[in-house]
Amino acid sequence: MMTNSNQRLTQGQFSFLPDLTDTQITAQLEYALKKGWAIGVEYTDDPHPRNTYWEMFGNPMFDLKDAAGALMEINSCRKTFPSHYIRVTAFDATRGVESPTMSYLVNRPAKEPGFGLVRQEVDNRAIRYTIHSYATDKPEGERY
Amino acid sequence: MSNDMSDAPITDGKKRYASGVLKYKQMGYWQPDYVPKETDLIALFRITPQEGVPADECAAAVAGESSTATWTVVWTDRLTACELYRAKAYRVDPVPNTGHGTKTEQQYFAYIAYDLDLFEPGSIANMTASIIGNVFGFKAVKALRLEDMRIPVAYLKTFQGPATGVVVERERLDKFGRPLLGATTKPKLGLSGRNYGRVVYEGLKGGLDFMKDDENINSQPFMHWRDRFLYCMEAVNRASAATGEVKGHYLNVTAGTMEEMYARAEFAKSLGSVIIMIDLVIGYTAIQSMAIWARKNDMILHLHRAGNSTYSRQKNHGMNFRVICKWMRMAGVDHIHAGTVVGKLEGDPLMIRGFYDTLLDTHTPQQLEKGLFFEQNWASLNKVMPVASGGIHAGQMHQLLTYLGDDVVLQFGGGTIGHPQGIQAGATANRVALEAMVMARNEGRDIWNEGPQILRDAGKWCTPLKQALDIWGDVTFNYESTDTADYAPTPTASV
Repeated sequence: MMTNSNQRLTQGQFSFLPDLTDTQITAQLEYALKKGWAIGVEYTDDPHPRNTYWEMFGNPMFDLKDAAGALMEINSCRKTFPSHYIRVTAFDATRGVESPTMSYLVNRPAKEPGFGLVRQEVDNRAIRYTIHSYATDKPEGERY
Repeated sequence: MSNDMSDAPITDGKKRYASGVLKYKQMGYWQPDYVPKETDLIALFRITPQEGVPADECAAAVAGESSTATWTVVWTDRLTACELYRAKAYRVDPVPNTGHGTKTEQQYFAYIAYDLDLFEPGSIANMTASIIGNVFGFKAVKALRLEDMRIPVAYLKTFQGPATGVVVERERLDKFGRPLLGATTKPKLGLSGRNYGRVVYEGLKGGLDFMKDDENINSQPFMHWRDRFLYCMEAVNRASAATGEVKGHYLNVTAGTMEEMYARAEFAKSLGSVIIMIDLVIGYTAIQSMAIWARKNDMILHLHRAGNSTYSRQKNHGMNFRVICKWMRMAGVDHIHAGTVVGKLEGDPLMIRGFYDTLLDTHTPQQLEKGLFFEQNWASLNKVMPVASGGIHAGQMHQLLTYLGDDVVLQFGGGTIGHPQGIQAGATANRVALEAMVMARNEGRDIWNEGPQILRDAGKWCTPLKQALDIWGDVTFNYESTDTADYAPTPTASV
């Protein structure tokens, strides 16, 4: 169990708030679509802070105009991976951005084991730090 | 303004270059018909002329002294393409609400164009040595303020620009769609390295993205820099493991020499820090050098604007902070303190928005109401993340988000560390307030009016936020701003 004030992983825009309801998720999807951003659904069983590439649950939905469609994808991902972390990412293709503009979690495992810190003591009191995801002690597919 | 014949530019070479003293207008520094080239730098000065000096002569004098002129005629001009090198004052407008019948003596906005070849490529030091070099002490003007500059694309392309930029910073930190949160470690002086790191750990674990050294934390008897770096990185990594988020602490590498700054930056890198920090007082060249180092070493570069108010605050003399913003984007910093609107430090909302636009836009249109006198194409230079710091608290979240938008680091120093339930609780209060407000805004709610209620509602399930609102909810800093836009809705005619 994680020991921060939320006792859970706090990546994403809304991890300090209570879990989003489908209505709240829909409102956020509509915000992104109104801005012309493409919505992508991604999942992982390795939430290490530097694990950039979560698995894509399909490509970002570039031509989608309707939030209900995106919510269906989210729910389908939740059904397929009920114990994984699932995040929604919005991509903005505007020149000067061309990068994600939103990212929030919509699913997480019931038990979040968190991370350990591995210290390698080197010269002059310096330490090389490795953040270790406890979940990855188990093989892929058996983590949550 | 009467253009009496005795002041007209002297075109006859023999007369023009006869030994003696001429008016600057006669020397050719006032050219009302001049149309600036796309490659010219343009500077806009606010001039308060000395008694009896006409505004156009004054503008010509500023153009002369900031380019080729000296106090007397020199024949050696004739060995050069001097007409090209001469800066040209081409427009003078009276500043609205100054002069007769107002509290302020008459001031003028003077537009001066400089040829690109007057400046060394990629050198803020060289550009500023001309534009603000001698001329601010010049006797013909009572006071002088550099209000804005238009930097041509051709010149911008000779600068590296921000080492990392907003887009890449967010990608590295894996934080999107909301302002970043930070806090400055307090008290800023006196903590030992061990105690200092404690504050960093608590703030980050509680929910902040960044903690920060203050501008004057370098290497003092109470805490030498290596100790600070080691303890802070322990704190950063512990907090990162506790939350699963990328965290950072701005390690201030400001020191007495470049050699020492490089040594400190290298040590920060070796410990795995994502960000280092410098102060504006190290100087333009040192800033450019650190920006090049930061690009080479994947480091975000935070700049504290220490010292700027000595020349940016008074309206009649010095330089406007938006000019510093432009220069720092060219010089290559990734963060710069640019005002809070609602906090304890100076700032009119529209002026601050002008600073933020200058740092963040790919292309800035002319917007006189924000003090942006020129259209500015940023030539794909990275964006600089503005930092809002000084006397802000969770109860102002709706105002901060409305005024400052998403691309900003909100720094709550006292508003985090002063929380009655401790630093973690303070950090959590700020993060909850922020996330609740971003969510509400995205849902289409009117956060400007509903903001206080949105915060109170979140306080119902988040005790630390409720406590923060109970203590600071009513704290405001309402002082009249000294730096406001002087503009008339329609452009005034040249006089």
